[in-house]
Amino acid sequence: MTMNREFIINIMIFGLLIAVGIGAHLAGQGFTVTLATKVAILGLAGVGLNLALGYGGLVSFGHAAFFGIGGYAAGVLASHAANGDPLMFGFGGSNQMLVIWPVAMLAAGFAALMIGALSLRTSGVYFIMVTLAFAQMIYYFAISWPRYGGEDGLSFYVRNAFPGMNTLKPIEYFTICASLLGLALVFSGLVTQSRFGLALQSIRQNPQRATAVGIRATPVRLTTFVISAMITALAGALYADLNRFVSPSMFSWHMSGEIMVFVILGGVGRLCGPIAGAAMFILLEHLLGKVSDHWQALLGLMLLGIVLFAPGGLIGLITKGLDALRKEKADV
Amino acid sequence: MLLAEQLLNGLQYGMMLFLMAAGLTLVFGVMGLINLAHGALYMVGAFACAVVAASTGSFWLGLVASLAVAAAAGALVEMLVIRRLYNRDHLDQVLATFALILVFSEGTRWLFGDFPLYLKLPPALSGAITLPGGLQYPFFRLVIILVGAVVALGLWLLISRTRLGIRIRAGEADREMIGALGVDIAKLYTIVFALGAALAGLAGGLVGSIQSVQVGMGEPVLILAFVVIVIGGIGSIKGALVGALLVGMTDTLGKAVIPGLFARVMDTASANTTGSAVASMLIYILMAVVLLVRPQGLFGARV
Amino acid sequence: MSDPILSIRGLKKSFGALTATDDVSLDLYPGEIHALIGPNGAGKSTLIKQIVGEIRPDAGSIAFEGQVIDRLDGAARARRGLARSFQVSSVIPDFTVQQNVMLAVAGAGGHVFRFLRPALSDPGLTGPAQGYIAHAGLTGREQSKASALSHGERRKLEIAMALALRPKVFLLDEPMAGMGLEGAKQLTAILSELRREAPILLVEHDMDAVFALADRITVLVYGRVIATGTVSEIRANPLVRQSYLGEEA
Ligand SMILES: Nc1ncnc2c1ncn2[C@@H]1O[C@H](COP(=O)(O)OP(=O)(O)O)[C@@H](O)[C@H]1O
Ligand SMILES: [Mg+2]
Repeated sequence: MTMNREFIINIMIFGLLIAVGIGAHLAGQGFTVTLATKVAILGLAGVGLNLALGYGGLVSFGHAAFFGIGGYAAGVLASHAANGDPLMFGFGGSNQMLVIWPVAMLAAGFAALMIGALSLRTSGVYFIMVTLAFAQMIYYFAISWPRYGGEDGLSFYVRNAFPGMNTLKPIEYFTICASLLGLALVFSGLVTQSRFGLALQSIRQNPQRATAVGIRATPVRLTTFVISAMITALAGALYADLNRFVSPSMFSWHMSGEIMVFVILGGVGRLCGPIAGAAMFILLEHLLGKVSDHWQALLGLMLLGIVLFAPGGLIGLITKGLDALRKEKADV
Repeated sequence: MLLAEQLLNGLQYGMMLFLMAAGLTLVFGVMGLINLAHGALYMVGAFACAVVAASTGSFWLGLVASLAVAAAAGALVEMLVIRRLYNRDHLDQVLATFALILVFSEGTRWLFGDFPLYLKLPPALSGAITLPGGLQYPFFRLVIILVGAVVALGLWLLISRTRLGIRIRAGEADREMIGALGVDIAKLYTIVFALGAALAGLAGGLVGSIQSVQVGMGEPVLILAFVVIVIGGIGSIKGALVGALLVGMTDTLGKAVIPGLFARVMDTASANTTGSAVASMLIYILMAVVLLVRPQGLFGARV
Repeated sequence: MSDPILSIRGLKKSFGALTATDDVSLDLYPGEIHALIGPNGAGKSTLIKQIVGEIRPDAGSIAFEGQVIDRLDGAARARRGLARSFQVSSVIPDFTVQQNVMLAVAGAGGHVFRFLRPALSDPGLTGPAQGYIAHAGLTGREQSKASALSHGERRKLEIAMALALRPKVFLLDEPMAGMGLEGAKQLTAILSELRREAPILLVEHDMDAVFALADRITVLVYGRVIATGTVSEIRANPLVRQSYLGEEA
């Protein structure tokens, strides 16, 4: 019952995103298509974090590290492909998304394995602080490493290529991003329903009980952390291609905070929550940005309001509203 | 001689981090709250000091203002927002205090713009003094070291010798207990939070006098303070002091020494870039080692 | 007598100045219900926690089926068949009854790293789960959320989860706590059934239940074993009457 309603809401949110993208294309509004693409990409980053944060209870404040690694994988591979410098082991870089994505995900997965193995020795607030700190370490590294632009970042002029598509056309790039988002949603949905998902959620809710039925928490958590990082890294690679630019700001604590905000705005542990959250965030940025240069202060106040008074996030509000409506109908 | 200077720099940096970390760790120990907006209070202190010092011409009034304004901002925020978060999970605390950062940063930007402010030190504090051994060292940095030491001593006396300290320790041990003892918890929490804010503000005021004062200055320091707390152990003032000094020293010495070490095995240009990149990671490596050996931190009790 | 299945030797655990477990030795034999009694704060729960690997003893050793298990973590001990219930009942609140038991089936088998197949359509989980739910008397409640169960039902769910471990030993920490007279009676019946599955180390305050169920009793006071023996031996033991049953000698 709740399952079903949740499922319908998920379909509606994802469908709305697709509709906006295609509708804007048909109306000839390329800018809106790009905005929808941005929602898809940042939503994807949030879907990654949601696996760890929402389902696993792992409050990572360091997912910008993986977002940035994904972005830099795209930027670095593309820049080597463009200037012909060999990267390593005679490998010359690539401008093929189908090469870039796996590299981005593997690199971030490896980083997540290291960071996760260390961070998961702690829990609670320690975990938050440690993930934040490790992400900051990578941020400083990116700034002080001049090879790929240091503080200024790295531009590449042509979007990387995907077989059979013209990635520079907004609608085609939107199609790629939305498809990946769809795949990630299906994957997340399956994982959370699987044995692994049961184990993960049980560890979040009652780790003592999980141990008592023979489940070791750390390997399950670490696996989740790595998968979550890989999805966020894929989003980072897509984001790099969207802007044709990467910079250390992708690694910044602010980015980590934003990805977390997408998840929480939408509603923690809800499959499509991060998409709703990202959409709301980008919409606010767009609308409030017109009202005031200081729109972030307004955003902050809204966030405060949501945390203090609407803990279930957007979807929580919607479902509560639906419940209330239904009750009214029943009463009548 | 150069080494002595770097050691003093490290000490000064460490003391500044201690001022930040002490408040954070106290607030965590007593109220169980993770406060990302602590860096914003540091910024508030820096701006208060800069503005008051510039308009009155007195640096001392500026410092007093940094303490007072940050404490007031802290108390206000505690009463309006923070106290609603004590019974929430850490996720809500993170999000709400992240939102507070946005409000504080944009609010400050709105008031003061994007351009950094600079503080002029009074003549009594500027200039260098000659230390025994002939080392010339900026006097003001010594003052920061001294202030850090005095605050550390003061906090220790406060917590071990005063009524307030007894309540703070009782609060750390058992939150329900002190309620049962008839202590006004709400007031105690506001005081502790304001105290932490005042220390952050003081750090901001002091540092603002040797660096520029600008929006966003608080968060990098906040993250370093987190590293300090992870190393020292949550809730422990002693841990905060030791952790802060370790981090300050490691960072300062690493940046001074490592590029030189690298230059022995590679050419100077790449030694400089590689060396400084590695040096920037050093404190995090230190943190990783502590996590491996003692995940609860050097002075932390709980695992 | 046959070899003990669980054998504890010289266990010690201190919390600061307090010695919660003071040189405790204890054996659990196949087929028996062994009750562990003692006043509040005697260290009964602490002993259970050391057996299941939740806390680490300062000294001493625990052998299970003839093998020392001191180095195994809690999850590994559970997979070997040490099934535990908690003093305060402990289930996964947002899961249904069925999901809770399926979780235990998956954990016991050691196969939680399967990512894509929905657990609900995995007969390897649902089949056994159904059986354990029935055994614990919860048929019909499969789709209820654990958080919506009554106290007694939650106790039954814990037993179903313990059964799913295909346990070799049950460690039950005050299963009757907080139950009414009727519930306690029902649970007594279930426990006397349960002994056919595996021997039980039973921590319990309800003396009626203890005297009805136990084959042997160990009395713990201030972390120390003051007596071990059959029910009638313990009833007759003057030390126990004095220090625990609260009678004048
Ligand atoms: N984690 C702990 N830290 C400190 N003291 C503890 C801890 N756990 C239990 N104790 C103390 O050990 C003693 C035994 O507790 P417990 O095993 O729960 O007793 P019982 O279950 O027999 O009532 C009590 O005095 C209790 O306060
Ligand atoms: Mg007990």
